[in-house]
Amino acid sequence: MRGLAAIGLFVALLGAGAAHAVTPDEMLKEPALEARARALSSELRCMVCQNQSIDDSEAPLAKDLRLLVRERLTQGDSDRQVMNFLVARYGNFVLLKPPFEWQTLLLWGLPPVALIAGLIGLIVVARRRPTLAVEPQALDGEEQRKLAALSKAGD
Amino acid sequence: MIPELGHYALVLALALGLIQSVIPVIGARGHDSALMRLGSSTALMQFFFVGLSFLALTISYVTSDFSVASAFENSHSMMPLIYKITSVWGNHEGSMLLWVLILSLFGALVAAFGGNLPATLKANVLAVQSWIASAFYLFILLTSNPFRRLAQAPAEGRDLNPILQDIGLAIHPPLLYLGYVGFSIAFSFAIAALIEGRIDAAWARWVRPWTLAAWTFLTVGIAMGSYWAYYTLGWGGFWFWDPVENASLMPWLAGTALLHSAVVMEKRNALKVWTILLAILAFSLSLIGTFLVRSGVLTSVHAFASDPTRGVFILIILVGFIGGGLALFAWRASTLKQGGLFAPVSREGALVFNNLFLTTACLTVFVGTLYPLALESLAGEKISVGAPFFNLTFGPLFLVLMALMPFGPLLAWKRGNILGVAQRLMAAYAVGIVALAVAFAVESTQSVLAPFGVGLAFYVMAGAVVDLVERTGLFRMPLGIVARRAAGLPRSTWGTAVAHFGIAVTLLGIIGAGTWGVERIVALKPSQTVSLADYDLTFDGMMSRSGPNYSEQAAKFTVKTGGETIGIMQPSKRNFIARDTSTNEAALMTRGAGQLYLSLGDTNPDGSIAVRLYYKPLVMLIWLGAIIMMVGGGLSLSDRRLRVGAPKPAKKPAIKPTLQPAE
Repeated sequence: MRGLAAIGLFVALLGAGAAHAVTPDEMLKEPALEARARALSSELRCMVCQNQSIDDSEAPLAKDLRLLVRERLTQGDSDRQVMNFLVARYGNFVLLKPPFEWQTLLLWGLPPVALIAGLIGLIVVARRRPTLAVEPQALDGEEQRKLAALSKAGD
Repeated sequence: MIPELGHYALVLALALGLIQSVIPVIGARGHDSALMRLGSSTALMQFFFVGLSFLALTISYVTSDFSVASAFENSHSMMPLIYKITSVWGNHEGSMLLWVLILSLFGALVAAFGGNLPATLKANVLAVQSWIASAFYLFILLTSNPFRRLAQAPAEGRDLNPILQDIGLAIHPPLLYLGYVGFSIAFSFAIAALIEGRIDAAWARWVRPWTLAAWTFLTVGIAMGSYWAYYTLGWGGFWFWDPVENASLMPWLAGTALLHSAVVMEKRNALKVWTILLAILAFSLSLIGTFLVRSGVLTSVHAFASDPTRGVFILIILVGFIGGGLALFAWRASTLKQGGLFAPVSREGALVFNNLFLTTACLTVFVGTLYPLALESLAGEKISVGAPFFNLTFGPLFLVLMALMPFGPLLAWKRGNILGVAQRLMAAYAVGIVALAVAFAVESTQSVLAPFGVGLAFYVMAGAVVDLVERTGLFRMPLGIVARRAAGLPRSTWGTAVAHFGIAVTLLGIIGAGTWGVERIVALKPSQTVSLADYDLTFDGMMSRSGPNYSEQAAKFTVKTGGETIGIMQPSKRNFIARDTSTNEAALMTRGAGQLYLSLGDTNPDGSIAVRLYYKPLVMLIWLGAIIMMVGGGLSLSDRRLRVGAPKPAKKPAIKPTLQPAE
């Protein structure tokens, strides 16, 4: 694996010779059901691969899971039921989009909090700093005199 | 003998690096110009010796000297010459050598072209650059020596991983490293400025071209990697939100933010502290990326723990530079004086907004990439963060950023008029709405959101054009004046418009390929025909062929559209003899901006073969957009302003039209 990981390529970590994930014989006859299966598959992780969905992976485990998803769907499970079934079996690790719970609080929370905090920070800074938002003030007497002197010098 | 010379050259480079780490700083303190000048000579010599070292390794690979351990593990005497050369960096040791080669190249460029930098700044920059270089020379020499010999030279090498035997390996890593490592210059400038406690608009003017060059290389580097993955992996995906990809995306996001904040600093002398911080962050993220990829921590936290030598070494480098950089920042940043003031609605304000979104996007990628690692090592809990997470979080941020993008260049500095700009963008909205309507009418079945994306992409493209139209006075003035104004427009203005146009082109490609692609997975027997979008593909049969170090089974497909034959496609499966591994070679046919994509699967007992067929409309726009961004970066780089050093205006550059960043 070292040689693979070495170069830092997209290719490298995705496993050698990856080619065919879904094979023709796995596919369900009914297009609507198959489409649901594909959509679900792309949200599920192939647990023995690196960051690959079971839809993309050709590992035997991924194939088993794809068949399992299709089996549950043909038995009339809803998408949610299929997901719940798999999570009950394999834990949250199987989900490529982790659920929102206390352990993933920072994961989901940090980006929006950072954005909002950044926006608030900018508003505060903009309010506090004497910016050009303030209309230009009229020149006072001293400045008027200087200006007059300057323009006279320029003539 | 040659490997030993290479090894020795690297040791010499380290010695020079250590000298350069100390002497110029002392020179800068005592204003001793002789000591300060030393940094330039050592930087050039470092590059020479690292180059020599790299050349020695390349010779070992090209001549198939398998007594060198890394050549034995990654090369083969039967490989074509190009792969013998690219396999030098197709492994850990060699790629680290490429890393330091590029690092020393940038150091040498500063030495050679930094003639009009203030002497103390130049000395400090070169010293900081040398700290980084020395740390990595040490890393290579102590943990990843590419010149290590085997006691008994094997007769034949183990071959390069077949997936890497591709022209992509010749293009992608060098470009990516030029980008990633290029940010080291911005870092060195930032640290040097903090050491001196002085920073001004001239500083930004010197830093900007280096950042721009690094950003340009990184943009194409990432795009080329994406295209490589697309045609190699066999299912036509172009971005996987893999940690390794994210490692290159984070510096890109931070670098893009830096590019924009440096503009504010240069033009208006504002956002100094923030720009310095971004310069530190961009390179820190490059280092984090290097750590992620090199330490094996991605494979699993446990793999890292079982052989931690390299990982820990890089971690120390990481903590040293990032921690040190940020600590110095915290300590000295307050000494930097605040610059020009501006109203919230202004060009500066728009660029601040751009920075907020880019850094948040970067943070999202950062958290998403590292969270599973952190959670596993801290709580022992395993979770996965993949594409669905990033699409949901990163996607909206970037779309909002793009929707606001056309406003930026049209706003005036100091205080802008948002309503005025909104009115001037009227034509861009119109283009966007027409595109949206057309997209809805043509293809609304797949996704409701996609037409809005198309509308957005066209609006951004039109916005970039509006910017140029406004500035040149097209449609308002006689053509002669327009032409003169267009010629007189700064190249960086053209660069901005072109790069903004490019990212919209990429967006269009992503939407097109992602939404309206057609996929078919079928088992085919010879002479069967499949139809895919407007094309009919007939499977003519299989044939065996052999290459220099592999044998392959290729399938021949005749492609027809409207009854007319337009070509032949031959996807194949290759078996590499040395490693007894196989790869899948997809066949591609470009039709306009779209592509037909074929890849082979397993052969079934009944003689049929599984085939995946895709038609991906607009897919080429993804990479074309990146090329356009590169052109934009190049245009900005060629801006006269950037070639002219602040203290020495005009004269020279007018005669020398060649590209000379931060001369």
